[in-house]
Amino acid sequence: MKLRDDEKAMLSGEAGPAVKWAIEHQLQVGRMFDAEDMVQVSQAHMMADPESLGEAGVNFTKKLAADGAKVCIPMITDPRGVDLSCYAPIGQNEDMANLERRFVAACQEIGIMMTNTCINYQTIMPPVFGDHVAYGDTGVVIYSNSVCGARSNFEGGPSALAAGLTGRTPRYGLHLDVHRQASRRYRVTKTPQDLMEWGVLGATIGRMAGSYWEVPVIEGIEAAPTSDQLKHFGAAMASYGSTPLFHIVGITPECRVLADVGGDILSVTEIDDNATATLKQPFNAKGEAVDVVVFAAPQLSLVEMGQLASLCGGRQRSETTDVIVCTSSQVYSDATAMGYISAIEAFGGKVLVGTCFYQQYAREIGEANGWVRLLSNSAKIVNILGGYGYQPALASMEACIASAEKGEIVQ
Amino acid sequence: MTTELRCHVGIGPTVEGIALVADDNFSARYDLDRLKGVFSRPQHKLYGQSYQDMILVLNTAKGGVATAWMLYEMTSRQIAPKAILFNQANTILAQGAALANLAMVDRFADGDVTQLITTGDHLRVIPAKGQVIITG
Repeated sequence: MKLRDDEKAMLSGEAGPAVKWAIEHQLQVGRMFDAEDMVQVSQAHMMADPESLGEAGVNFTKKLAADGAKVCIPMITDPRGVDLSCYAPIGQNEDMANLERRFVAACQEIGIMMTNTCINYQTIMPPVFGDHVAYGDTGVVIYSNSVCGARSNFEGGPSALAAGLTGRTPRYGLHLDVHRQASRRYRVTKTPQDLMEWGVLGATIGRMAGSYWEVPVIEGIEAAPTSDQLKHFGAAMASYGSTPLFHIVGITPECRVLADVGGDILSVTEIDDNATATLKQPFNAKGEAVDVVVFAAPQLSLVEMGQLASLCGGRQRSETTDVIVCTSSQVYSDATAMGYISAIEAFGGKVLVGTCFYQQYAREIGEANGWVRLLSNSAKIVNILGGYGYQPALASMEACIASAEKGEIVQ
Repeated sequence: MTTELRCHVGIGPTVEGIALVADDNFSARYDLDRLKGVFSRPQHKLYGQSYQDMILVLNTAKGGVATAWMLYEMTSRQIAPKAILFNQANTILAQGAALANLAMVDRFADGDVTQLITTGDHLRVIPAKGQVIITG
C-alpha cells in the first residue's frame, strides 16, 4: 500500500505505540482487500459490548489507553452491554458490570464519546453524502451508506478504534465507486406497511443477496419510507445478508434511476408475498405463551417510543410476560419529557438506556429470567437470538403489546 | 499425495490442522456457544460440533460486527478454531483475524472451497502465500 509521509511516521512509531498498532492493523486488513492507499475519515463509531470484548478485549483497550492512545477524530460508541443503572434486575451480575466499568473508563481515557447508540444517524450527527467514515454496527453502516450516501465498510470494534487513532482507514470496499454499483436487482410487488414488515422485506433481500460484496437495488417502493422504516429494513438486510449497502430507485441518493447504479442491465428477481411469508414462517408461534417481549435492534427512536407509549396506554402486561425496551440516552431524555417512559412503565415495561438486548449477555439474562419464548417486531433480533437459546417469534408492534397483555402470542 | 489450493493472500500465521467443512455461513455471535466451543445455532449445518482447534471451511460471513472482537476473545482463552477458510470473507472477519493473529484466507482459484475440502482432511494453511495444502 502507498503510504503518505505522516502514515509512514505512524508506522515507524513516531506517534506512539498505540497509533503504531492501529496503522499496522489497518495495513494487514487493507492488504487482504487489495487497498492501494488510505482514506481520511471524518468520524468513527465503535461496537464493543463486554460480552464480545471479554477480559481480553477490555485488557487490550486498557493497554492502548495506558500507552497514551488518543482519538484524533470524533469517535462514538454503539450500545453498551450493561445499563449500569439497571443490571441486577435483569439478571446481570457484578462481574459483568465491572467489566463494563473498566472498558468505559479506558474509552474515556482515549477520548471516545460514550454515546452508546446504534441510531447515531437519527440522534447524533448523520454523515453527509460522500462522507468517508469508519462505522461499526451493521445497521449504522447500511443506513449511512444507503440513505445518507456516506462511505463506510463494516468496521469491527478493533478497526473502528484503529480509525479513531489514525483518522483514516484503508481505501477498499465501499470507499470505492466500483463496489457501490448494484449487483442484484429486486422488484417488490407490495410496499410494506409497518416496521416489522419493512424488516421482513429487508431480511428477505439480505438472505437472497447473501454476501457482503453484493449490492441490491430495489424497485417498486411506491413512496419515500420513513427513517424508522428504512432503519428496520436496512438492519434486517445487514443481519441476514451481511449486506452493507442497498439502493432504492428514486429514493436513495445514489440511485435516481436504475442506470445510475447499473441496475438496468441486471435481471430482475421478484419479491412477492410468498417470499416474505417464507422468511416469517419459522417465527410464527401464535397461541404460545410468551416469556418476554423485546423492542430493540435497533434502539427505538423518539417516534417509535411515542408509538409504543400510545399502545401501552391504559393497559397492563401479563404477570407472566416481561417487556424490555431499549433506547439511547439521547432519546430517553426526550421520551421522559414527553411522558412516554412513564406510559411504558405503567404498562409494566422496563426501558433500558444505552444498551441493546442482544448485546447484553443475552444467553445469561435469558437463563436468569427463564426467558425462552421471545417476541419482537425486529426481524434482526429474531435472527440473532436463536443461537443464544431463545425461541424467537415475530409480530407487529401492536401485536407484541397485545401479546404481552394476554401472556400469549396473538398473531 | 498432496493437493495444493491457491487463494488470495490472507492474514495470520501458517498453521496445520483438521478441516471441519460446511456449505454454510459464519458469525461468532449468531452461531456459536463460545464458552463451550460449539456451534449452538440449531439451523447451522455444524450445529452441536466443536470448533476448537479445527480449521473451519465455510462459505462466507454473515451478520454483524461482533465477530471482530469475539475472535480475539476466543483465541485468548484458546477455545478457537486454528484457521478459517472462506469462499469470501467479509471485512469483519478479516479485521478480527488481524487482531487475533488467526489464520484466514479466501477467494480460492479452483472454485467452491467447501467442495474442494472435506471434513477430516489434514490441511496446511499458509496465508502469506495464499496457499492451502491438503496433506492427507
